[in-house]
Amino acid sequence: MIYERIASNKRNSVLLAFLFFAIVAALGFALGALFQSGYMGVIIAVIISVTMISFSYFMGDQAVLAINRATPASKKEYPQLVNIVEGLSIASGLPKPKVYVIDDKSINAFATGRDPKHASIAVTTGALEKLNREELEGVVSHEMSHVKNYDVRFMTLVAILVGVVAILANIFLRSMWWSGPNRRDREGGNQIQIIFVLVGLVLAILAPLAAQLIKFAISRKREFLADAEGALLTRYPKGLANALRKIEKDSNILKDASPAMEHMYIANPFKKPNWFSNLFSTHPPIEERIKALESM
Amino acid sequence: MAALLIILGILALLIIIFIAIYNSFIVRRNRIDNSFSQIDVQLKRRSELIPKLLEVVKGYAKYERGLFKEITEARTAMLKASSIKEKASADANLSKGIKTLFAVAESYPNLKANQNFLALQEEISATENKIAYARQFYNDTVMEYNTMAERFPSSIIASTFSFKKREFFKAEESAKRDVKVSVPE
Repeated sequence: MIYERIASNKRNSVLLAFLFFAIVAALGFALGALFQSGYMGVIIAVIISVTMISFSYFMGDQAVLAINRATPASKKEYPQLVNIVEGLSIASGLPKPKVYVIDDKSINAFATGRDPKHASIAVTTGALEKLNREELEGVVSHEMSHVKNYDVRFMTLVAILVGVVAILANIFLRSMWWSGPNRRDREGGNQIQIIFVLVGLVLAILAPLAAQLIKFAISRKREFLADAEGALLTRYPKGLANALRKIEKDSNILKDASPAMEHMYIANPFKKPNWFSNLFSTHPPIEERIKALESM
Repeated sequence: MAALLIILGILALLIIIFIAIYNSFIVRRNRIDNSFSQIDVQLKRRSELIPKLLEVVKGYAKYERGLFKEITEARTAMLKASSIKEKASADANLSKGIKTLFAVAESYPNLKANQNFLALQEEISATENKIAYARQFYNDTVMEYNTMAERFPSSIIASTFSFKKREFFKAEESAKRDVKVSVPE
């Protein structure tokens, strides 16, 4: 089963890269048409998208860690955390991921990287203070499972590329408001141009929406699976269940959390507990996860 | 002609299946050896830490001589052990001794305030955890390998090329005797 999940994550990463490439190229085409600069738009878009895809593949983890202001955790300063990560990397038979700490009062954690050899796990200082050893071990085992089945590759790509799509759509919409109408006045209602504007507009609306949908689809089942696999590593599902309970009760919000990487954290960093958020959230409700862990 | 091609095709398929199974045995066997060396590394690390721990504890808990002796003996047995079975039972004894020592340490407030002791306690508990995890991973890989060696059709290849079943890292029940705790007065 784990091999299927690894394969599916690798496949999804490639698909996502293509989707991103297609969206950016189409945006470039629409923009180029809008400014009547021929294929320049497409060429620039291709260069941008290829650069962005390779950047998010090779350096996405660094970007994600920097956005969260995560700093490397030394064994001297955080012996327990480093020991736990070392222990669980033995349990899972993987190389030891790099360990990072985020200076924040909330209880949260995430994993990133492109494969188990290039992986990092980051934990908030709040988690280190408020969780006991078994609970922290549960949290790290959850992240370790994300590393093991290549969730980290796909999730990091989604975080960076979705963020970029949102920014690009924004730029596109602005450029249309500012230069679109003027041009159209001068040309006297060129039909092809109107079509391009419409296509561009649709793209600009669809892109972030599609990005959001991808995020919903990937995260909910993924969290349940990572919980279960984490429990398989520690052979102690109660540890993670107790940690989740503490996360639920804790009211602190992760300060530097970015909406584009909401799906990467072990628990929703924004804390908006109502039925509407449940419907559109990247994480299953914590009670359901606790229930699943306790029934193991 | 067609029949010959079919026969050749079946033969090629059989050879491919054979190679796949054979290689899979090799991969798993290497994984077992590798995960066993992981256990060994951690066992060694703990053996190095124990004298340091005893040194610190001796300064505070003078009445626990019996326990010190048992731990030292278990450590010596651990260092001497060569077979998997011996190592597993020595490991179980040593773990039990250390657990008792940490339990006893609870009743010495001065010892519990000692920074050196706390650091060693974290280090040894972490190593104990790592041993448990390494054992778990080793036993899982052995289980996979043994299942493959027993299951048809891979069992044919296992018996022809003598991929023998491997031993689990598991202490025998008799080895897990209780370590006596002496209560300080």
